[in-house]
Amino acid sequence: MAKLDLNRVPMPRQEPEVRAKNFSEVALGYSLKQALAEANRCILCPKRNCVAGCPVNVDIPDFVKAMREDDMLAAVRILKSKNALPGICGRVCPQETQCEVACVIGKRGAPIAIGRLERYVADWERANMSPESLAPELPKPTGKRVAVVGSGPAGLTAAAELAKLGHSVTIFEALHVAGGVLMYGIPEFRLPKEIVQAEVDYVTSLGVELTLNSVIGKIDTVDELLESGYQAVFLGTGAGLPMFMNIAGENLNGIYSANEFLTRVNLMKAYQFPEYDTPVKVGKRVAVIGGGNVAMDSARCALRLGADEVYIIYRRSEVEIPARREEVENAMEEGIQFKLLTNPKQFLGNDQNWVVGMECYQMELGEPDESGRRRPIVKEGSEFIIDVDVVIVALGTTPNPLIAQTTKGLKTSKWGTVVADEETGRAEKPGVWAGGDIVTGAATVISAMGAGKLAAADIDRYLRGE
Amino acid sequence: MNQILLRQDLVPKIHLFKVAAPKIAGKAQAGQFVIVRIDERGERIPLTIADWDRKGGSITVVFMEVGTTTCRLAQLGAGDSITDFVGPLGLPTHIEKFGTVVCVAGGFAVATIMPIARAMRQAGNRVISIMGARSKNLIFWEDELRRVSDQLIVTTDDGSYGRKGLVTEPLRELLSGDGKISRVIAIGPTVMMKFCAKTTEPFGVKTIVSLNPIMVDGTGMCGCCRVAVSGATRFVCVDGPDFDGHQVDWDLLMARQRIYLDEEKRSFEQCQCQHGTKS
Repeated sequence: MAKLDLNRVPMPRQEPEVRAKNFSEVALGYSLKQALAEANRCILCPKRNCVAGCPVNVDIPDFVKAMREDDMLAAVRILKSKNALPGICGRVCPQETQCEVACVIGKRGAPIAIGRLERYVADWERANMSPESLAPELPKPTGKRVAVVGSGPAGLTAAAELAKLGHSVTIFEALHVAGGVLMYGIPEFRLPKEIVQAEVDYVTSLGVELTLNSVIGKIDTVDELLESGYQAVFLGTGAGLPMFMNIAGENLNGIYSANEFLTRVNLMKAYQFPEYDTPVKVGKRVAVIGGGNVAMDSARCALRLGADEVYIIYRRSEVEIPARREEVENAMEEGIQFKLLTNPKQFLGNDQNWVVGMECYQMELGEPDESGRRRPIVKEGSEFIIDVDVVIVALGTTPNPLIAQTTKGLKTSKWGTVVADEETGRAEKPGVWAGGDIVTGAATVISAMGAGKLAAADIDRYLRGE
Repeated sequence: MNQILLRQDLVPKIHLFKVAAPKIAGKAQAGQFVIVRIDERGERIPLTIADWDRKGGSITVVFMEVGTTTCRLAQLGAGDSITDFVGPLGLPTHIEKFGTVVCVAGGFAVATIMPIARAMRQAGNRVISIMGARSKNLIFWEDELRRVSDQLIVTTDDGSYGRKGLVTEPLRELLSGDGKISRVIAIGPTVMMKFCAKTTEPFGVKTIVSLNPIMVDGTGMCGCCRVAVSGATRFVCVDGPDFDGHQVDWDLLMARQRIYLDEEKRSFEQCQCQHGTKS
């Protein structure tokens, strides 16, 4: 056996100066040769720590082994038996803190690039197979009906799992396309919408009915769904309500929530304005407040729309940035400027109500707070002004209260999240389950998928009267 | 897809669509709105629900041609379909027996005020309606509004019909008169709602306005429609569209309505080149 290569096969990517001007995917994907070279680094160890690290327990060594044996079809089957959305997960999962961090090779060198291999297999399937050809044989219908509210990662996963168990599933989606945050939030250059659509099509090929433009809480309440013949309801409505800072000047023109900015750009395709009707303000000097993945996505969109300068304004230091390292590096390569240990005090406007500047504090780090990260403290007298014409506030989201307000007996926390059992997703209200960001607050795609999967298993037990 | 069952051209540039939407028709209440997206390229815009037919399963909307989306809508007719039609959104207007309620409608908002005036009357209120338009040729639904009102006052800016002047003048007279006015509902262009609120404020009569900021999703997700009411930021799509007119920061609302003026102009020019206009 050849000596173990401690380095992973690099991911081919668009050059920074090229990609900063287009919305095409940054990471280009492995070739077959590159994928096999990376798969061959796996030592197929018996520990299988990677499987335990995956929130949906994909049999990682098994699909990698199938790849090595050049049996891509088998690899696809193994992957999809546990994960209905591999093309999405291969691109946006934080593998570095989940499956890859558990890889034994990681003790000596770079762990196996599991996410890139997952993406390769998913892309191979899309290029070579029809969406329906791999749909598993479905069991005899149970005659039970389940309503899934929200078609983001939690809802799609729960729906796919329940359909595979023979239940009749209807997804209710508020927007005009399915996918939730995968469609409106994550930009095309990180997750092409064609891939999301293909994976949504796979879920509907399992017999799942998709009802778009249906705002539950308005057109029907959860109680009405339960009364109208659905035996169970799964709530996967995410964390859709943007948080603002409640500082002076926040409602000036040119100040967006990241949700609004990204929705205009991604969902409504404002980057193709005026061919598409929805506009977005393209600033010359754009400040994005926050350090998460959503902040990186917003900053990189603003750059691609044609901004001259784009700043990330983050109140802690580089080590505390919560975004994926890979995305931070991508952003830096593209020329996003990081203004760290900086926090806005107020926004300054002109007489037309347009934002023209942002007064900021310099910050310093104190003792760790309850999150375990060092607490940012204002340096008194350190105020300075940054000239800006567009600001994007990317400080997180909380659940939309619409469902909680209109559902009797649903328990919520003080943060507006729905209280549900961690192992089963069961909410306080009989017949109702919840999972994903609506329960945890804003988190990751894969943790939402994990929650959808657990809830589906429990809904199945419930429907079978166990 | 939602099919347009009927189109009526009410007055120049103002049209009525009756749209097949059985689920929404089953739930709609006075004061709520729908979000409309014409096709794949379209913007999402809010339109207030003017009426509904629960049995027939349709929603009536009335709109004025002002920009790209409304002009593209005006190209459609009975038999055509609208790709996305979402609702009923927003909170319904608060209806109860207050006593005497004055309903003030500016411009094509006469369509918006209709179901509210009707519901207020059904709740046992004495309803006095005031409808104002720029000129006689822009007046529509006068008889319809009269039918659901105990008294109707019509004004035109140029005096070509009814009383000459703005709606605020008869409103002030009613407030100064002998009869007690318990509540005012004012709906129309933002500047008209602002001045109705200013008119009623010295009299201490609660005045409800229906705000019309720019929206995207209409479900509380984006915050585009945020306004300041009593100093706090509120989202019109989920916390409104009705608010206490005496507490609204009108200047902020009007400034935020102008965010996309340049883009709207550019988009509209392109749209007119492609379609021309038909009134």
